[in-house]
Amino acid sequence: MSAIQPPPDRIWWKQPLDRVEGTWIVIAFVWCMVLFFMMPYWHIYGKQNLSNEAYRTTPEMFSKKTQEVVDKYTVRTETELKIPVVHPPAGSDVYLIARLWQWWPMLELEEGKTYRLHLSSMDYLHGFSLQPENINIEVHPGYEHIVTVTPTKPGTYSIICNEYCGINHHTMASKLYVVKK
Amino acid sequence: MAINRNFRTCPTTGLVFHEQGEKLIRWNAVAGVVSLLVGGVLALLVILTRWPAVHLLPADWFYLALTAHGLDMLVFWIIFFEIAVLYFCASTLLRCRIAAPRWAWTGFFLMVIGALTNNVAVFRGDSSVMFTSYAPMGAHPAFYLGLILFAVGALIGLFVFLGTLVVAKSEKTYIGSLPLVTFGAVTACIIAVFTIASGAIILIPTFLWSLGLVNSIDSLMYKTVWWAFGHSSQQINVAAHVSIWYLIAAIVFGAKPMSEKVSRGAFLLYIFFLQLASAHHLLADPGLTSNWKIFNTSYAMYLAVLASMVHGLTVPGAIEVAQRQKGYNKGLFEWLRKAPWGNPVFSGMFISLIGFGFLGGISGVMMGTEQLNLIIHNTIYVPGHFHATVVVGTTLAFMSLTYFLIPVLFRRELMFPGLSKWQPYLFGLGMSGFAVFMMGAGTLGVPRRHWDMTFAGNPLGHEFPGAAYLMMGLMALSGLVAIVGGVAYLLITVGSVFFGKKIETPDFKAVTVREGRAAWPARQPVAVAIASHGNIGLGGFVAPGTFTLAMVFLVAFVLYYFVNWKYLSTVWPLS
Ligand code: HEM
Ligand SMILES: [Cu+2]
Ligand SMILES: [Cu+2]
Repeated sequence: MSAIQPPPDRIWWKQPLDRVEGTWIVIAFVWCMVLFFMMPYWHIYGKQNLSNEAYRTTPEMFSKKTQEVVDKYTVRTETELKIPVVHPPAGSDVYLIARLWQWWPMLELEEGKTYRLHLSSMDYLHGFSLQPENINIEVHPGYEHIVTVTPTKPGTYSIICNEYCGINHHTMASKLYVVKK
Repeated sequence: MAINRNFRTCPTTGLVFHEQGEKLIRWNAVAGVVSLLVGGVLALLVILTRWPAVHLLPADWFYLALTAHGLDMLVFWIIFFEIAVLYFCASTLLRCRIAAPRWAWTGFFLMVIGALTNNVAVFRGDSSVMFTSYAPMGAHPAFYLGLILFAVGALIGLFVFLGTLVVAKSEKTYIGSLPLVTFGAVTACIIAVFTIASGAIILIPTFLWSLGLVNSIDSLMYKTVWWAFGHSSQQINVAAHVSIWYLIAAIVFGAKPMSEKVSRGAFLLYIFFLQLASAHHLLADPGLTSNWKIFNTSYAMYLAVLASMVHGLTVPGAIEVAQRQKGYNKGLFEWLRKAPWGNPVFSGMFISLIGFGFLGGISGVMMGTEQLNLIIHNTIYVPGHFHATVVVGTTLAFMSLTYFLIPVLFRRELMFPGLSKWQPYLFGLGMSGFAVFMMGAGTLGVPRRHWDMTFAGNPLGHEFPGAAYLMMGLMALSGLVAIVGGVAYLLITVGSVFFGKKIETPDFKAVTVREGRAAWPARQPVAVAIASHGNIGLGGFVAPGTFTLAMVFLVAFVLYYFVNWKYLSTVWPLS
């Protein structure tokens, strides 16, 4: 009897296991357990965990808060669009708006300092993609996601959008500066 | 109206076809292949645009073509073909008339109309929203309407399949339990019903929203429910192509499952543990807790992973046992060396199995780990992963099945037999390379669904390293090899169906069966099935070669998994 014919025993669940199969099932199951325990393990001992802190917000509320920080801590503007570059105090709350098709404002952070980065979108979904670190976080409209980040190395980083957000999705890019204290 | 009880018995294989069932299988398969053709042309355009050295299409056309490619391939090609497979597993394998053929045709036409409506909406140009159509980005109402019609049609098909099982049972067309392959098809069908229900929950309000009848759609709610639909539908594909692996192992080798209990138990795990695994599409999203993410990805996903790892062993294991019993019992791998590598039905199936496990499976588990997802989310690694699963895995399995079906179902000889020998290698290996290079580029941060990785003229653009461009170039070249393989497939199938040499059967006549029961076949289907394991194998293991392969797989899996944790530990601390 083959796989395209009815099984020889009607009560197929009483058939004995083959030895190869039994061994493999045990090994595979143990491995699946390892896969599972790695996640809680990393929450306890690992350093890279995505924050669970998120609140409902509206585009108006979020832009208001962002504007306040921009007004206080802008150090210069860049490009023809005069995008403000914000250098907030170490350890403070930083805001980043995602909108069609721009990240706003630009950020300048200090090496080794920890910031609370607030992310939200004004319109569609966007994808916060920090390069070349390759840290990728989804940005939703109506949700304020607060991620605690600690830049480790000084340099110029890029933030690109990697969630398709319409016809100019590929133009949505910005810089993030990490400077030495 | 009299019930059509006309059957014919295939003289080469002994399989029994119901007249209406046969027509339905053919037409669904044909509609699938037409979608594959359209999706394939779009694939060529998309890949020539993502190849930085060529960059063929303008941005708007690229996003349009990508949206249509995703839908025509992932939705229309796969589901039309799946309906054909379901009818085959119910009507042909159980030797039963198809239940309610009129309903089946209604379903089929709804699917055709839905697919056309959706394609028209996309090609009009105002619905380039990708197949995920994440709200609040909106498409033309016809886009959603097309998908809804298609889903209703598919749902009717599923009920016809289930109805056929009921008829088979009551008209006693088979004895005992369902064959394993049909059992697998039932799992696919049950998952599909769940999938379409989730699809309705999300697509109907979105359709109303696109008409202005609903005020707003929450983006997180949309994404969560959408993936309950989108991910489960991938599980249909897995259940379907695993069934096809078993089917082909049975057809080519007369292989019988090592033990029915294990294979069937693994199919049941798919049903129990798949649905919530859709959480792995939301790992980088705000507003959901880690507990929810871990619970849904692990409890649900890993038991499904376990099931796939079991099938990954039992299918080649069954082949190994069958081969060893035929006398290819030397050493670890004689059974594999002496397999019919020139027969595309087998070679395609085997490449599908290996590619699905090694490339699709391992990368999928890596991506589906809560923290690891951060370093690949929405990069081109993701399409790399799913071209390994749904193209090397599902599509190639469907292709290899077609080579079996053309003589049996269409009664035509295969045209270009020489080319057909090479087709699975061109397509399977080309696509595997394509997937691997996409994963490479994704690890370097290249985004998916992105028209211009050079950010030309953008003062704030990112400069990707040379290695990323190299990966994208290699991806395009291997993609072109796969396209050649795809063209070969279309040439062979379309050519054979229309112009292939007719297989004449002198004493052919359709048999009308009064009692609903088909005539019993004169010959054993295909190869003679084998009764029990004799004195074969090594060291008390009947399938030592397969076990060795499985251990190689495990080692690759473990290494790759921990390499990625290592890589994660080097990025900026986040909490
Ligand atoms: C030779 C064959 C194929 C080639 C060369 C190919 C190539 C591609 C490329 C280059 C992308 C774009 C990746 C991006 O920019 O994000 C893509 C996306 C995609 N492909 Fe294919 N593909 C092929 C066959 C298939 C098949 C058979 C299927 C399904 C069964 C499929 C399903 C998809 C899907 C679902 C997407 C994602 C679309 C999106 O992101 O919205 N492809 N393909
Ligand atoms: Cu964006
Ligand atoms: Cu975008």
